[in-house]
Amino acid sequence: MPKTPTLSYTGQKIEARSLTKRYGATLAVDDLSFDVNPGVVTGFIGPNGSGKTTTMRLILGLDNPTSGQVMVGGKHYRDLPAPLREVGALIDAKAVHPSRTAYNHLLALAQSNAIPKKRVDEVLGMVGLEAAAGRRVGGFSLGMGQRLGIAGALLGDPPVLMFDEPLNGLDPEGIVWIRELMQRLAAEGRTVFVSSHLMNEMAVTADHLIVIGKGKLLRDEGVNAFMESNAEHWVLVRSPQLAELVSAAKSAGAQVRPGTENSMEIAGLDSRAIGELAAANRITLHELATQRASLEDAFMDLTRDSVDYRSTEVAA
Amino acid sequence: MTASTITTQPPEAGPSYRAARFTDVLHSEWTKARTVRSTMWTLIVAAFLGIGLGALISALSAHHYASSGGRAAHPLWDPTSISAGGFGIAQLAIGVLGVLLITSEYSTGAIAGTLAAVPRRERLLGAKAVVVFALVYVFIEVVIFAAFFIGQALISGHAPTASIGDPGVLRALLGAGLYGAGIGLLGLAFGTILRSAAGAISVLVALLFVLPGILAALPASVEHTVEKFWPTEAGSQIGAVVRTAHTLSPWAGLGVFVLFVGIVSAGALVMLKRRDG
Repeated sequence: MPKTPTLSYTGQKIEARSLTKRYGATLAVDDLSFDVNPGVVTGFIGPNGSGKTTTMRLILGLDNPTSGQVMVGGKHYRDLPAPLREVGALIDAKAVHPSRTAYNHLLALAQSNAIPKKRVDEVLGMVGLEAAAGRRVGGFSLGMGQRLGIAGALLGDPPVLMFDEPLNGLDPEGIVWIRELMQRLAAEGRTVFVSSHLMNEMAVTADHLIVIGKGKLLRDEGVNAFMESNAEHWVLVRSPQLAELVSAAKSAGAQVRPGTENSMEIAGLDSRAIGELAAANRITLHELATQRASLEDAFMDLTRDSVDYRSTEVAA
Repeated sequence: MTASTITTQPPEAGPSYRAARFTDVLHSEWTKARTVRSTMWTLIVAAFLGIGLGALISALSAHHYASSGGRAAHPLWDPTSISAGGFGIAQLAIGVLGVLLITSEYSTGAIAGTLAAVPRRERLLGAKAVVVFALVYVFIEVVIFAAFFIGQALISGHAPTASIGDPGVLRALLGAGLYGAGIGLLGLAFGTILRSAAGAISVLVALLFVLPGILAALPASVEHTVEKFWPTEAGSQIGAVVRTAHTLSPWAGLGVFVLFVGIVSAGALVMLKRRDG
């Protein structure tokens, strides 16, 4: 595999506009609009069942949107003249006929898109499966299956790559390998869109995050911005004069959000400053506690209930 | 940043690769068909039934002919049809071949990867259909000629035999492959519609064996008409040399069968295009 990118062209975006998918009474994807840009790894995160896989299936034209649309490189997926040359996708590593060999599985994929046969050997080498090329896929471990799925995604040397939960079932070595692969693909100018329910893993792999919960967009921002806005220290306060405290904190330039059980959470002022602010305004405090949320906690908190005030912050 | 419209042109130069064609998909589907074990097994079963059962039926029929009154008692003696008798059952294995070429994609989940590689559903189903048709036609022709020569050798000496040069014999032998390929296509179409091997094979069994058996319970006049136009009964007339009562002519029968295969296949394509996954 040459180090230099062999892309015929780059700069292909994935663009979703008001993408909506309803299954019966369930809104799996709810009015989702986002861009996935080239040159960076975009993490697509949300809890299990939040609509990540459905969104990726809509991008690939496997499912039809109820309304809205999604395009890759300005085209509907179904109109791509040789889709594997434009988009490489790993959706379900186990979804391969078990009695076919790894080589023949990739060969059939390559032939369908007029990709030269020698590329099959190349991608098998890239994922470290040369020795297993002639083995039936049914005997593969989950990790080998993931590598085969990634080989299939790389087959057409596409400018856009999508991986749905590529870390599932991988050992630590495999996780590091995939992380480095995704970062290298992005550095080559490709668009890399990877879903995960593991926030901490995405925090070290991705450059940009698209966070969804219950099919709705919650966040669409850089990893650094996400860390700043979500992993900062909030101070929980309880007071019989909560409204006065909130307005005092706001006029002092702090951010305020409702906490649990009649509490409020304040960011931008530390606990000492809030205590002094309360004293200066003769406000009684019943509780004053600094909250230290990890990124994982922030993510859990963010996605716990996607229809509360947090989702409206996205539009702001 | 969220633009309200989607860019419709690639920002840089267009792709330099060549677009995929139908023949590429055909190539791919042929690779898929020949690299799974179920294809070989269904063909081995069909060959075993077609030749082995055909030989048994030929031998037994010839002895029965000789021991029960000869020509006078058997005015519709058709040695070509008798030597092909194993196909009465072997056709189910052919149908299963067509079923499995699509339902194995659904049962393993591989259909997602297939449709991502070939998003044009008509192209995918068309390529699978060409593979099924060509594979089954060539296979049946090999097996049916073998069954014919073995069968005539076993009949010889006990009852009248047929030879390739007799009127209608070559048509029956070459036409049987068309009927068999049609059964393979029906399997593919039912498999596409139902996405389940068990369901599609059940429909084939009902169409080929159960429902024609139930026809006997109908009043004779109705039975004869339904039997005449029953798609698989009509289609199999192409393999007969001697025409029996309440049947269509070979080519008219094949026409009815082809129409039926076409309608079911069109239904399969419509479902494949409309539904998710």
